[in-house]
Amino acid sequence: MTKADTRKSVAAELKQAAEAYVEAHGRFATNGAAAAPKWLKERRDQAISRFAEVGFPSTRLEEWRFTDVKAIARTSFALAGEADLGGLEATVSAHVVGAPDQHVAVFVNGRFTPSLSRLGQLPSGVLAGSLGDALSRDTERVQGLLGHLAPEEANPFTALNTAFVHDGAFLYVPEDTKLERPVHFLFLSVPVSDVPLVIHPRNLMVVDRGAQATVLETYATHGEGVFWTNAVTEVSVGENATLDAYRIQRESEDAFHTAATHSRQERSSNYSFITFSLGGGLTRHDIKVVLDGEGADATLDGLSMLRGRQHTDHHTTLEHAKPNCTSWEYFNGVFDDRARGVFNGRIIVRPGAQKTDSKQTNNSLLLSPSARADSQPQLEIYADDVRCTHGATLGPIDDDHMFYLQSRGLTAKEAEALLTYGFGSEILNAVKSAPLRQALDRLVRRWLAEA
Amino acid sequence: MLEVKNLRAGIEGVEILKGLDLTVKPGEVHAIMGPNGSGKSTFAQVLAGHPAYEVTGGTITFEGKDVLEMAADERARAGMFLAFQYPIAIRGITNAYFLQSAVNAVRKERGLEELDTLDFAETLEKKLELIGWDDSLIHRAVNDGFSGGEKKRNEILQLAVLEPKLAILDETDSGLDIDAVKAVADAVNTLRSADRSFVIVTHYERILNYIAPDHVHVLAGGKIVMSGDMKLALELEAKGYDWITEGAAVAT
Repeated sequence: MTKADTRKSVAAELKQAAEAYVEAHGRFATNGAAAAPKWLKERRDQAISRFAEVGFPSTRLEEWRFTDVKAIARTSFALAGEADLGGLEATVSAHVVGAPDQHVAVFVNGRFTPSLSRLGQLPSGVLAGSLGDALSRDTERVQGLLGHLAPEEANPFTALNTAFVHDGAFLYVPEDTKLERPVHFLFLSVPVSDVPLVIHPRNLMVVDRGAQATVLETYATHGEGVFWTNAVTEVSVGENATLDAYRIQRESEDAFHTAATHSRQERSSNYSFITFSLGGGLTRHDIKVVLDGEGADATLDGLSMLRGRQHTDHHTTLEHAKPNCTSWEYFNGVFDDRARGVFNGRIIVRPGAQKTDSKQTNNSLLLSPSARADSQPQLEIYADDVRCTHGATLGPIDDDHMFYLQSRGLTAKEAEALLTYGFGSEILNAVKSAPLRQALDRLVRRWLAEA
Repeated sequence: MLEVKNLRAGIEGVEILKGLDLTVKPGEVHAIMGPNGSGKSTFAQVLAGHPAYEVTGGTITFEGKDVLEMAADERARAGMFLAFQYPIAIRGITNAYFLQSAVNAVRKERGLEELDTLDFAETLEKKLELIGWDDSLIHRAVNDGFSGGEKKRNEILQLAVLEPKLAILDETDSGLDIDAVKAVADAVNTLRSADRSFVIVTHYERILNYIAPDHVHVLAGGKIVMSGDMKLALELEAKGYDWITEGAAVAT
């Protein structure tokens, strides 16, 4: 076979791999999901058609150049069912980091699990828990948002998620309501040894006009085996509202993780999203923030710390749709062994979005000669009175930095650990909640100690 | 305390130090002056153990130990300290945390218990009080976004906290206005003691007016070509370096 033939056959294979999901969707639609409202069934059907049409993305596509999902396409995943909850309590408490009084909603294999959750007393009007419940109780509100912020055209995996929408995190904070305690959505995947499993958690978070909330999403593994999490999170931040959102990924090296987080902000809103990628075999996360009202402010930070053969790819888009908005993006990555990081940072300034002020930074630290990182800024600016800057650093620890620290008495190993900690610390310092920051700090130190 | 004999060293195959001799006794302050390119900074870097410099001849002993057999961090833990001409910024690490790590590296070596954050904060406070500085630098990331003067002051703060036996100041005065030079000199004077020695590398005599060194040496062409006391520094200020360096090949 020529090279061109090989490429063609891989492309055909990736498209064909979608067929198994079409069949699975057929079974899904007639079984447990049959009771769904008509609009949802239609949306799912539309989404599976879209996925069947595009299939798994190939590395020939610019957006997927550095992340090869063939391993996902070639694995035969079964839709995860209910898991044995035995022994999960310890895992839950190990992952419920941060404020001791937070509201906790636990999802096991993508399903809301009340027996492990601790939602406690929520302020009047606040809804927090399961999207599955919201689909039946609050269907109109969900209908108006689900799939509107994260359209299925965005990415084949988003379409696949929509095709299997069933359950996930749901948060609604009504107008002028301040949610004092953070809400923690914990997704535990429980693999089984013989069958690779997949879940499609679908999360929806709405913080209405003038409301304030802090949320945390954690993705973690309990046990061993191949598992694929294909998550989509849609976030709506209303006028003058404030949302501080955090995401922690601590999955096993056998985990595949594809995710999309799409947010839309209205006038004078504040949204901060800080994501920690601290474990997972193959991860691709698309993050899109649309600043869709004047005076909105967005912060988008990330820290990846990977070793072994782990791979993580962050594709971010900050879209300035209205004037006078500010955005700040800061992604640091530390890659050891044969780990690999990809960062693609797109900033779009729509026509008329004058006085946009946007700053993007991406730093990658390579701790081993076999580690690799790729960084790509993409600025698309259609307005003339804006300030957009970007900067990137990439490489091993600088000799002069090492010498400086060693000249103060630190051994080479201590100096390397301190400089690496500094990389992590830059992102940790942006975490507003002190208990959460301390918990993440411990995770970063533990990662360093494992070297 | 420090004994440098016939030291020859260079970088990337170019010899810069061509037989340098220097003896520093406990409590002494030595100034090493010299024109640009005379090898002043190379000498400071070689003393601290910068791996890019190659020592091709001679010896350095510190308290009887063969310094050339020691890595940079071992020299530091043995009590040698270099105040950098161009201090390095370390993002994400506060000065306080950095200093705590450095102090604990030394304590660990000496078999002492490491200081926790609270204990160390107390130590740091006392040191700041001693040199009469406020705590404005300690919670900022190491040298990150610091002005030139702040960076130099930060080197002296590290000196104060790490309490070395021998401190080498590499052009700490360069680029500072007169008030900053005075502040640095005052701190150095406070830190002087009978068992702590200083080697002050400088282009100008300005800082020496406040520090009053015991010995002044002129480095030219990679060697000490003249030694004297403060009068020599004043003479250099009045007449420049040419009258000394004429005849001595200036290293580049």
